[in-house]
Order: sequence, then structure tokens, then C-alpha cells
Amino acid sequence: MTESLLEVKNLVVHHGQLKAIDDVSFGLNVGEVLAMIGANGAGKSTLLRTIAGLHRQTSGSVFFEGVDISIVAPHRRVSMGVSLVPEGRRLFSSMTLQENLQVGAFHAKKGPFNIDRIYELFDWMPSRRRQRVWQLSGGEQQAVAIGRALVANPRLLLLDELSLGLAPIIIERIYALIPEIIAQGVSILVVEQDVSQGLAVADRVHCLLEGKTSLTGVPADFTPEQVERAYFGAGLAATTSREGES
Amino acid sequence: MVWLNVLVQGVLIGGFYALFACGLSLMFGVLKVINLAHGDMAVVAGYVAVFLTPHLGLPEVWSFLIVVPIFTLAGYVLQRTLIQKSIDRDPFTTLLVTFGLSVVIENLLLEIYSANGQTVNIGDLIAKSWHPASIIYVSYVSLGVLGVAVLVLFLLQLFLSKTGTGRLIRAVADDREAAQLSGANYRHIFGVAASLAFATVALAGIAYGMMTQFAPTSGGVNLLFAFEAVVIGGIGSLWGTLVGGIALGIAQQFGAHINVQYQVLAGNVLFLAVLAIRPQGLFGRKTALA
Repeated sequence: MTESLLEVKNLVVHHGQLKAIDDVSFGLNVGEVLAMIGANGAGKSTLLRTIAGLHRQTSGSVFFEGVDISIVAPHRRVSMGVSLVPEGRRLFSSMTLQENLQVGAFHAKKGPFNIDRIYELFDWMPSRRRQRVWQLSGGEQQAVAIGRALVANPRLLLLDELSLGLAPIIIERIYALIPEIIAQGVSILVVEQDVSQGLAVADRVHCLLEGKTSLTGVPADFTPEQVERAYFGAGLAATTSREGES
Repeated sequence: MVWLNVLVQGVLIGGFYALFACGLSLMFGVLKVINLAHGDMAVVAGYVAVFLTPHLGLPEVWSFLIVVPIFTLAGYVLQRTLIQKSIDRDPFTTLLVTFGLSVVIENLLLEIYSANGQTVNIGDLIAKSWHPASIIYVSYVSLGVLGVAVLVLFLLQLFLSKTGTGRLIRAVADDREAAQLSGANYRHIFGVAASLAFATVALAGIAYGMMTQFAPTSGGVNLLFAFEAVVIGGIGSLWGTLVGGIALGIAQQFGAHINVQYQVLAGNVLFLAVLAIRPQGLFGRKTALA
């Protein structure tokens, strides 16, 4: 019995005149990892930001744990259990590592994560907790950004372009954490340009092409050619696997 | 010895500039709002101290006990209504709105209290001073204001670095959107920051009224000095504001010592020199300009 956590229905989002998301629907069940893939400008980040509340949709709705959160303010969504790790990490640059985590923990829900737990997850952090975050490397900053989102004890973690600007070995290390996060009862929606990385961690995959769904289903059901077509848009017909219709 | 006295007087007046400027710095650092009515709000605080506190049977020296809480509340309310509405439109609107506020305040004060000068009556304390050497006079009032300025900056710094709400204020100042993603209601945080700024401006207004005469239009020139103190010290650095205020005060006193007409000019020259040589200010971070 799978329990629905997030339900996006007929979502349309505009950036000014531009239709960035065009009638996209999908669901995410508790304990699942869903990878949202697509080329630059396909609307992936806009989709995540809309779920987090930073963009207002033109039409359609977002349900979280069965509640319509379409018009809930972003900070209220955090206390409901939706946390976004934004693209580009967006740490508080005048603060230390520990202060960044403290800000994340200030409005936290009750749950498995606290600052000490984050320090266990990333064992290099305690010795450097008093450093300003701009002194950390890109990978370390990404870890702090993930930690800052996790201390709020989200039910749904939205990860936007984790791999951007990081060395492959660092990306691997960060993705290796995902099973551990899932084990704590957190579900994950991850946005990636790096298709192989996205497909490797995901239970299901959803591909966007120019704001529209071009492919949705279980990664194993698709040939690389199908994914390529959905990603770059050689043929615009949506491809759907057997199990992807839920 | 003459020059030492000039230096001492500069430091004393610099303390007042810092007290006046820290609210401006906070409003700009956190809300990104340049409050053009900052000086006029200080003047309002002076009027409230002079005309309200005697009715409550309180000596005017203690007027801050009444005025500071009123301003703290007013700051929050004004931020959550008028100023937030203008922030939601665009930065230019905040300039227009605060400029409009400034005009309205000045004219209301003129209408109600006329253009006569007022002072916050502190009895014979005004004339007392410490006299450590032949020609050095340290006015108790100025010394008290410098002490209050240092205390206020110290408490603000402590609040911003050690409390959860203070950290949220810094988080919002760093990156408003990321702070929202950490669960912070930035509008409320803006309100808290505005409260703090208004509390300090109330103290500055009362201090000004104790040191000298003020009139409905006194806000403007003090706003200019406050701007200069903030820019010299470096935007976003509270202790920088103190150093900036003192540097400005010293420059003005040196100018005045050469020729009284050079007082404001010397301050402006220092201000322009800092802008040209070190635009991020003495204690500012380069990234704060980006």
C-alpha cells in the first residue's frame, strides 16, 4: 500500500510572458525518489520552486499530504514538511557553518534530524563548524545546504541540481547519502541535468521538455534512445511506461 | 593640547552620529530600504519626549522609557503596512514613500508645534562637564550619549549573533529567499529589524534634544551625517558605523578648528575620500557592494 505524499495536478507556471511549466501532473509516494530530468530551460527548477512556494502557479494545484498548499507561503510550507535545497546552494554567506544549520533548525518540525545528527552524517563538519561558509569548497557548501534543509525535518526534500559545478567524485559522495536520508522517512524529488546520475538514484523518472511532460515511468523500462528523445525532443509525443500512469 | 581637545570633541560627537546611524544601517542592511525619513523620525522622538512625558509626571531625562517602546511598536506596524507595501512594488517606491513620509512629518510638526526650537530639558546637567586638563572639557551629556551609543551597538551585535531571531535577521539580510526556505517569515523578520531601528532612532532623537536645540526641519542634516557615518564605516558593519561616526566627528571638529565654516565641508571631504579610495567603507566587505 503506497501512500501519496505529493500530488501535482495540471500545473501551469509563467515567467512573465513565458510559459515555463505547461500542464504538468505527477505524484510522489512516501519513501520514493523521483528524478525530474530535462535539458536546460525545460522548467525543472521552476517546478521545484513552485512546489516550495517561491513561484505562484498560473493554474493547477499542488497537494501535500492530501492538503492543497497552492497558496501557502513558502515559510509555512517548510513547517508543513517541504524543504528545498536551492540551485546554487544559497548559503548565508556572512555566517559560519554552524550558524547556517542553526537558521535551518530554528523553525524545525520534530523529527529524526538535528544539528548533532547532521554532524554525524558529515563527519568533517564539527571541526570546521566555526568557519565562514565561503571558506568551504563547493562540495562542502552543498553538504551544508543539504544539512540546513534536513535539520528542518522535512517529509519531502526537494534537491535542485546538486551536481552543478562539482567534481564527479564529490557528486557520487553526495548521492551516496540519499539511501540514508530515505531511511529516515524522507521522500525526495531530485532535479538533475545529469541524466545518468538522476536515473541511478531514482525509483521513478519524469522528463520535462519545454515545460511539458515528455516521459514518465520507471527508469528500467526505457531504452537510452527513448530517454534521449524525451530529453532533446526529437519526437514530441509523450512516452509512458506501463507503471508510469499512476 | 588644543588638537587633543579637537580630537576629544570629535570622538564625543561621533558617538552621537553612530547612535543616529545604526538604525539607518540596519534598515538598509536587512530591508534594503534607504529610509529618507530616518532623521525626521528622530525629530518626532524628540517632540514626543518634550510634549508627552511631562503629562505623565516623568522627568524628561527619563523620557526614553516611554518613547523607545512607542517607537519599537510603531516601527513594526509601519514596516508591516506602509514600508512592506512599497518594498513589494520596487526599491524606487521605497525611496518615494520614505521621502513622502519625511515631507509629511516635517509639515505636520511645523503645523502643530511651529518652527520654534525645542530642547529635552535635563536641568543643570546640561552645563556640567568633566575637566581633566586646562582646555579639555568633556560634557557629561556628550559622554553619556557616547556611552549609550557603545552600549546600543554592543547589545545589537549580541542580539544579532547570539539569538535565534537575530540570526534570522542576518539570514534574511544575506539571502531573503534562502531564509524563507529555512522557514523564516521574512515580513515578520523585516518588522523586527524595523522595530530595532526605530528604537535606536528614538534614542538618537532624545539624545539630540538633550545636546542641542531641534526644530521640525532638523532631520535632514542629521540624516546626511548618518549616511556619511554608515558609508565611511562600511555598510552592514555595526562597529564600522561607530568608527565611521567617530571619524566623521573628528574630521568635522578639525575642520571647524581651522575655520568654523569648514566644519561640514571637512566631513564631506572625508566621506568623498573614503568613497573614492575604499568604496566598501573601512569595515565593509567587498561583497556587500555586489
